[in-house]
Amino acid sequence: MSPKTLYDKIWDAHLAHEAEDGTALLYIDRHLVHEVTSPQAFEGLRMANRPVHAPDKTIAVPDHNVPTTEDRVNGIDNEESRIQVDALDKNAKDFGIHYYPVSDVRQGIVHIVGPEQGWTLPGMTVVCGDSHTATHGAFGALAHGIGTSEVEHVLATQTLIQKKSKNMKVEITGKLRPGVTAKDITLSVIGETGTAGGTGYVIEYCGEAIRDLSMEGRMTVCNMAIEGGARAGLIAPDDVTYDYVKGRPHAPKGAQWEAALTWWKTLYSDDDAHWDKVITIKGEDIAPVVTWGTSPEDVLPITASVPAPEDFKGGKVDAAKRALDYMGLTPGQALSEIEIDTVFIGSCTNGRIEDLRAAAAILKGKKIKDGMRAMVVPGSGLVRAQAEEEGLADIFKEAGFEWRMAGCSMCLAMNPDQLSEGERCASTSNRNFEGRQGFKGRTHLVSPAMAAAAAVTGHLTDVREMM
Amino acid sequence: MEKFQKLTGTAAPMPLVNIDTDMIIPKVFLKSIQRTGFGKNLFDEMRYNRDGSEIPDFVLNKPQYRNAEIIVAGDNFGCGSSREHAPWALKDFGIKCVISTSFADIFYNNCFKNGILPIVLPQEDVDKLMDDANRGANATLTVDLENQTIQGPDGGSIAFEVDAFKKHCLIEGLDDIDLTLAKKASIDTFEAEAAQARPWV
Ligand code: SF4
Repeated sequence: MSPKTLYDKIWDAHLAHEAEDGTALLYIDRHLVHEVTSPQAFEGLRMANRPVHAPDKTIAVPDHNVPTTEDRVNGIDNEESRIQVDALDKNAKDFGIHYYPVSDVRQGIVHIVGPEQGWTLPGMTVVCGDSHTATHGAFGALAHGIGTSEVEHVLATQTLIQKKSKNMKVEITGKLRPGVTAKDITLSVIGETGTAGGTGYVIEYCGEAIRDLSMEGRMTVCNMAIEGGARAGLIAPDDVTYDYVKGRPHAPKGAQWEAALTWWKTLYSDDDAHWDKVITIKGEDIAPVVTWGTSPEDVLPITASVPAPEDFKGGKVDAAKRALDYMGLTPGQALSEIEIDTVFIGSCTNGRIEDLRAAAAILKGKKIKDGMRAMVVPGSGLVRAQAEEEGLADIFKEAGFEWRMAGCSMCLAMNPDQLSEGERCASTSNRNFEGRQGFKGRTHLVSPAMAAAAAVTGHLTDVREMM
Repeated sequence: MEKFQKLTGTAAPMPLVNIDTDMIIPKVFLKSIQRTGFGKNLFDEMRYNRDGSEIPDFVLNKPQYRNAEIIVAGDNFGCGSSREHAPWALKDFGIKCVISTSFADIFYNNCFKNGILPIVLPQEDVDKLMDDANRGANATLTVDLENQTIQGPDGGSIAFEVDAFKKHCLIEGLDDIDLTLAKKASIDTFEAEAAQARPWV
């Protein structure tokens, strides 16, 4: 048998049909659904009088535009958001799919709920009408975002029409230095490859620094594979993965667990497998980073200065000019001197328990800067409950943070949590696009520890100075 | 789905790189549960002032580009989210073809599902078409999907590649779900085998 990558193995195990030209029908093991990209898909099913093919493999949760204030139990004020959430309530019921409504403690961001409930398992194919589905690749699952037409296609057929991507290996060797986190790894990779560097590829992240990460950290890394342009990011499963999965509500049990484990242990890239592209970064070369511009590739170590447009080539010169203008920054300015109005800790990138622990470790016994708006939005109701149990919530509240209910919140600002014009935010989310966190809002992407540090000092800060 | 065969229309130049889905359709407009009506908010934040008045400098607000059906764009067009509202907004506005050196993966796929043809070309061809597009309504492009060519105003012709299956679906206006349901027997067989091999799924 010819040697295979992990991606090849998962792909081959899910081929329901393959045409001569390589167009494949890929079978989908888990389909995750949220309120923003699914209403038109369910409407399409109704119009064609089609059922959901595999309701048992379909899981829905509202997250993108739910309010994150505690009074949300009384209903959603914004009419359009309410219509979308109501539509999901109804569609979940009418089509008989698994559902975690806003009132359920297990509700949260779809990419946090899936793994937490054991829906995401190694070797699976997982899709969702959301680009950050890449998150689930941390389990060694082939996971990627799809559009609404494809959501409808998966609902109706449990398959996806696909062409195979190429294989790319991103290896992070050695150990990380203190203060450097999974977020810094994933941003640094994008800084290296650019936002289109992964286009056409599925990335497998490997190397000692990746192996050393917890599942939470691995999810952070894979989450942003999409910002690097890749179809999906993958990390081969190992004991860290199995320990995380074991005992979760929908994970296999007993003899099935043993059978699953036997298969999972075959899920790695063979030594002599073929890679179409390889990138190697030394773990020790990665610093805590921040973004300065309006693309996730605009990333630099916190010790650097704002670049000048002339530092770039081609179309990027104009893009950098536009970005600096939008961000209100001057070339040469030290990144660590940029003053911040708002701090957002949350999202499917950094809304898990470990992220909250990292931020709380910096905040313990400190206060946020006067006038700072700071917010923690746990990724799920269960993360929130655990953080309360561990005393993290008290640390955040005493420091001056708002302690919110679970959802996407200010990651994309579809709910009331938004930046106002010109407001500058240190954010643990994944996108710094123009207007992403509110019209004319300015976003600097950072790790949770860096976000906490900025909340205390009032400017972007090298977290290593506070450790 | 509407068929795409041959298109002759005005091309609007948008040389900016990394035009993302938040620029194409900001999320405040994602709250509809319909597929139509997004065209008026296409490129909303680049196209309108806060008071709703048009920004005259924005390309699609200029008289010669108001009826553009083609966009010639900078690298990595459509990066960002999976929102199909982006192609829905382009379509609703009247854009049927986007030409660039590269597209984000999900956006690229989403275009085909909505009768929009995304064309990937080498930098020098995009540069040439960008020049043509800069000449406004005097310079229409003709995109011929059957023969995979783009004809510029000066008569030159540029060839492009497209996946054969995607091309077929676009030309015939085929519905993917019908095509797949025709292979239901394969799906059923796969499911039966997978239930044996991986019963925990
Ligand atoms: S947290 Fe942000 S990136 Fe993640 S699913 Fe929600 S909106 Fe998308």
